Amino acid sequence: MSYNTIEFGIADGVATLTLNRPTSLNSFNTEMFEEIRAALKQVKDDPAVRCLLLTGTGRGFCAGQDLSDRSVAPSEQLPDLGASVENNYNPLIRAIKGLQIPVVCAVNGVAAGAGASLVLACDLVFAARSASFVQAFCRLGLIPDSGSTWHLPRLVGHARAMGLALLGDKLSAEQAEQWGLIWKCVDDDKLMEEAGGMARHLATQPTFGLAMIKRAINASYTNTLDQQLDLERDCMRLGGRSEDYREGVAAFMEKRKPVFKGR
Amino acid sequence: MPAFADIIVSPIQSGVLLITLNRPQARNALRTQLLSELADALDQAASDEAVRAVVLSGGPSVFAAGADIKEMAELDMVGTLTDPRQAFRNRIDRFPKPLLAAVNGFALGGGCELAMQADIIIAGDNARFGQPEINLGIIPGAGGTQRLIRAVGKSLAMKLVLSGEMLDAHAALAAGLVAEITLPELTIERALQLAKVIAAKPPLAVRLAKEALLKAFETSLESGLNLERKAYNLLAATEDRREGIAAFMEKRKPTFTGR
Repeated sequence: MSYNTIEFGIADGVATLTLNRPTSLNSFNTEMFEEIRAALKQVKDDPAVRCLLLTGTGRGFCAGQDLSDRSVAPSEQLPDLGASVENNYNPLIRAIKGLQIPVVCAVNGVAAGAGASLVLACDLVFAARSASFVQAFCRLGLIPDSGSTWHLPRLVGHARAMGLALLGDKLSAEQAEQWGLIWKCVDDDKLMEEAGGMARHLATQPTFGLAMIKRAINASYTNTLDQQLDLERDCMRLGGRSEDYREGVAAFMEKRKPVFKGR
Repeated sequence: MPAFADIIVSPIQSGVLLITLNRPQARNALRTQLLSELADALDQAASDEAVRAVVLSGGPSVFAAGADIKEMAELDMVGTLTDPRQAFRNRIDRFPKPLLAAVNGFALGGGCELAMQADIIIAGDNARFGQPEINLGIIPGAGGTQRLIRAVGKSLAMKLVLSGEMLDAHAALAAGLVAEITLPELTIERALQLAKVIAAKPPLAVRLAKEALLKAFETSLESGLNLERKAYNLLAATEDRREGIAAFMEKRKPTFTGR
């Protein structure tokens, strides 16, 4: 399948999805949503894919909604942004969060609005030193969507979440790392090497177990400790039955490198 | 035991019989033959003393996505009036032993109604319940309007039946439609485990408890309490009651015989 607004390819167990509308800072339009949806479906359905790497071309990662796209243009009739969120943004975030493989994000430039939200939905985020994060919504009379009001306070705490969302100031990649918004800030020319290397590494790991780790950590935000302890028990039960666990133990005993299959 | 095609009846383990709906290619659509086989299997389980509880599952990914629409489309009014499926449903209703449903994925229309015929529903966190009949110009026809409202209350039952919208596992748990949710990979296992716990209880007490609980939907409080008292008194005559109390006093594990 060929795409116009993204690049998509699978190699070494890693699916790489690159937002590719560099002239509009990779902002979302209807076509891009459709293409991302198709690509993510392929990622979900292909058991050979064991890690997703998300990045963008050009000087930006993603500037959020393309304001020139008709679906949200202010016209005589007031646009229903709720419908746009319901039909495009929420499914995207649910699809990313629901992937049963690690999702690595390489933020190559500015991530603004829903572009920043998309970053926060990923599991391990690397950002180029020149990249930045902007919760731009407050300047337009809107609110951070696509999960941002959920992710922000959990990642950086209430005070910083409020500051970022209410002020809409630019947050540098370095500050983002210091605040715990992202995993790591790296030099621009090392971004794809580091993030790509991490993605290829993860794709060789026991990804069935990694998926359960994601599941458990994500569930922790709404679970009580008792529920979480039960969930850990259940995940351990499944992990103990996995081929990867058997292989991991065998390789340790035989003092060799394990070969995991993600099962 | 006759050979079944639409269901799989697993060997009894620790008093528990597992019945799996087996039309995965049709997402376990409940055609007449399937319901007929299920009613037969439950009738046999009812009279088999070795069976103490039954778990009904649709397998790892779907419970039952509804009736067989093709089959349904062929029925005119006379056809629906003489539809044998109702009789099979009634036989499933009368199963006197604990019936647990292990629900993963869709339990829609007739599938949701079948799950609600069970005494306890254990759901995977990917389960989705719904009565989408309204989309076909019909209404639930196998208890959906009656059982759902008793399980989740008026407002939510109305919403589900009138809009055809689905209820996810977490919402179903909050509404009381299901007893527990678990990881989808463990749903059947958890249902079997709970069934085994129940299977180890004194069967006469289990049977009367189920009967008394179900009567609560059908009687006034006074007659319900009356029935409960009668059932309670009846159990005073059982060996299992003596054994239960003696074991408790002697701080040992009871051995129940079903007498």
